[in-house]
Amino acid sequence: MSERRHEAGEVVLRLQGITKRFGALTANSDINLTLRQGEILALLGENGAGKTTLMNILFGHYVADEGRVEVFGRPLPPGNPRAALAAGIGMVHQHFTLADNLSVMDNIRLGTEPLFSRGRSRTSVRGQIEQLSRDFGLAVHPDARVGNLSVGERQRVEILKALYRKARILILDEPTAVLTPQESDALFKTLRKATELGLSIVFISHKLHEVMAIAGRCIVLRHGRVVGEVFTDATDRAKLAAMMVGGEVAMPKAEPREAGPVLLQLEQVTTPDKGASPWLKRVDLALRRGQIVGLAGVSGNGQTAIADLVSGLARPASGRLIVSDKPVDQWSPRQALGHGIARIPEDRHKTGTIADFTLTENAVLERYTNPEFSRAGWMNWRAAEAFARNIITKYDVRCPGPDSRIRLLSGGNMQKLILGRVLEPGPQIILANQPVRGLDVGAIAYIHAQLIAARNAGAAVLLISEDLDEITSLADVIHVLSEGRLSPGFPRSSKTPAELGLWMAGQGFERVEHAA
Amino acid sequence: MRLEPIANPSLARRIGFPAAALGATIVTASLLAMIAGADPFKILGLIVKGAAGSKFAALETLNRATPLIFTGLAIAVAFRAKLWNIGAEAQLYAGAIVAVLLGTGAIGSPFVLPVTAIAAMLVGALVLLGPVLLKTRLGVDEVVTTLLLNFIMLLFVSYLLEGPLKDPMGMGWPKSTALVKEARLPRIVDGLRLHWGFGLALIAACIVWVIQKRTTLGFEMRAVGANQGAARFAGMPVNTVLIQSALLSGGLAALAGWSEVAGLKGHLSLDLSPGFGYSGIIVAMLAMLNALGVIIAALFVAGIFVGSDSMSRAADVPTYIADMLLALSLLFMVLAVLLARFRVVRG
Repeated sequence: MSERRHEAGEVVLRLQGITKRFGALTANSDINLTLRQGEILALLGENGAGKTTLMNILFGHYVADEGRVEVFGRPLPPGNPRAALAAGIGMVHQHFTLADNLSVMDNIRLGTEPLFSRGRSRTSVRGQIEQLSRDFGLAVHPDARVGNLSVGERQRVEILKALYRKARILILDEPTAVLTPQESDALFKTLRKATELGLSIVFISHKLHEVMAIAGRCIVLRHGRVVGEVFTDATDRAKLAAMMVGGEVAMPKAEPREAGPVLLQLEQVTTPDKGASPWLKRVDLALRRGQIVGLAGVSGNGQTAIADLVSGLARPASGRLIVSDKPVDQWSPRQALGHGIARIPEDRHKTGTIADFTLTENAVLERYTNPEFSRAGWMNWRAAEAFARNIITKYDVRCPGPDSRIRLLSGGNMQKLILGRVLEPGPQIILANQPVRGLDVGAIAYIHAQLIAARNAGAAVLLISEDLDEITSLADVIHVLSEGRLSPGFPRSSKTPAELGLWMAGQGFERVEHAA
Repeated sequence: MRLEPIANPSLARRIGFPAAALGATIVTASLLAMIAGADPFKILGLIVKGAAGSKFAALETLNRATPLIFTGLAIAVAFRAKLWNIGAEAQLYAGAIVAVLLGTGAIGSPFVLPVTAIAAMLVGALVLLGPVLLKTRLGVDEVVTTLLLNFIMLLFVSYLLEGPLKDPMGMGWPKSTALVKEARLPRIVDGLRLHWGFGLALIAACIVWVIQKRTTLGFEMRAVGANQGAARFAGMPVNTVLIQSALLSGGLAALAGWSEVAGLKGHLSLDLSPGFGYSGIIVAMLAMLNALGVIIAALFVAGIFVGSDSMSRAADVPTYIADMLLALSLLFMVLAVLLARFRVVRG
């Protein structure tokens, strides 16, 4: 593996003493980094470690408080994305920056040509794009509308966009977050090819196995500081994990258990098309007592529709939703709460909490009509505050106090409050939609442990996640969603990640349909 | 440049910025006065004197504040739930019409006052019910519907004053028959114009404050206004809450019209409200939608109204100086309220 080392290559990018503060928070502290020609450098760190901030400084979105950036030996003027582009830096953001209503070619050309010019011929642009697609193994049709492309294809367009602008340094921010395992492998092939063609790559990630698979060298960030710099062939995943987290974190494991009776069931459920999210197509799903059911799949394949059904926001257009052996005809969030369904929403900022409300107010948001907290329309704020204090201590929510506004809390602490709010009443059924997205390892371990404990106490848990590792480590039964279709349930460890990846890409469903 | 919320604004910040706004208003007003050819110091003195310089002036300010407290509360309640009621003017006139319909002899004493008050609130609530149902059922923008209802209501009042409600003894003026004595709000101080409507406005502000802070309805209204998606997810009946907010808002605005007729004018005419429904928006914004803040904001706005009216007469400067002064003070104050809670960050 030592051919992955590029000690001899010329230095193309040098960051020296970069420091960036946001108010009291130091996002980057005295960071030094060099990137050599033809290497893939991984920037590894937890959420909030400062990876994205550092790259935004490099690309000119932020101005560093201290430090300097050199590209190909020349200093880069700060705070100027145009200068970064001109210097040959291309960035592929975590969230794509493409216009859905334009073609692939127009998206790539966008912003590269002056408003008034004699114009380059479209054929020459097309020729260049086709040449780049061939060279780098990035297959996309130049005339396809971006809105019709899959997520993997969109990412290819983003990379092509950077290459078309003559990028010599590619920065990819969590590029595999939205890809199936197979798509990730294809991306890695493209990246290796790119380094052979002389490009240098910074690969930002928090996934250890990817870093080990693709990068030659790895820089680990923690709390805004560089805590380690290693060659990947001289380390292993455990060492990297310890470096990233600053100590050992034992991830909770769910021991197999006997499942009980069905508590909630979707029977041949179909939902109407709501713009971006696809139909659910005759979905059968059963949640059993004492069992974690994992829903795997690339986001946007029907996860939202299922979450909305279970949480009470939507009703099936056809088919039945059966809760505790009775088909429901009235269904709303309040009904769902009444049936003892605990709901951890996907977006804790927009759906789970009200940012300007206090912790106390957010703690009783779902249960303020409970006689414990209000009588005849009068709020009992003393009881509500006691409830919030109880959650704060029991679930280790770090905050100034129950009267502080929840917008001041970190994502992990916000999620712990939501967790406490929904788990305290002792729910029968738990919907956990992306419960650990964007959280650090400590918070992830905590939330997973709580979900496992709830399952062991007899709750039926539905875990929806884009992270296949999370699903395979927690779920007793795994279903895969692809374009609104739900795969059969696979028992724990009966399928490899690659096999699940094929289902995520839509293969496997055909066989089922043929057999039917 | 962007704004970053400050976690816990210091007291100095919360008092300093509004004080600075007041200072900026005074400076700009002085400049305007100089342009108009008057002595700025004299003008400021005249405004203060006109608003609070005598018992008569102070009571006049309180009187003027009464409808502003009611409409300010109406707007505060609606805006808190993010229901953009721009139609307080229409609801005000609805309350005034009811006061006249029931107060000119239709009902005997001693229940006339409470009956007309409750009826006025109901009718005012109904006026806003239409727009809010259009909003919750069909998604029609309530800014447009409530705003347009203002004009419809004014034309309707004009029709009533020329027709069914016209005072036969009115010498041809478009005004209604006068209220009977039992339907009039008594004065707080004998011989001076301040009536009990002011006391009721203060009570209404306290009640609204209690509703917002202590009841489940208030909790729902605040939640729906702050984040409708989260409120819906949490199981709150969002549409019902919007309708309840509208009913309360419309009822409060109607009380403004009712108290003007029953307390001050004694009859209905087209000049009953010099835009109290719209000024209520200013009052509510200045108060940051806080019910008790509405009292202070209404007194401030009423003081500027009354003071600059009296100033323009005494100093012989155009009356629009008064209007500009009010607009400026509002702009500065809104900016100050913003700066007290946010800091400006470059980049």
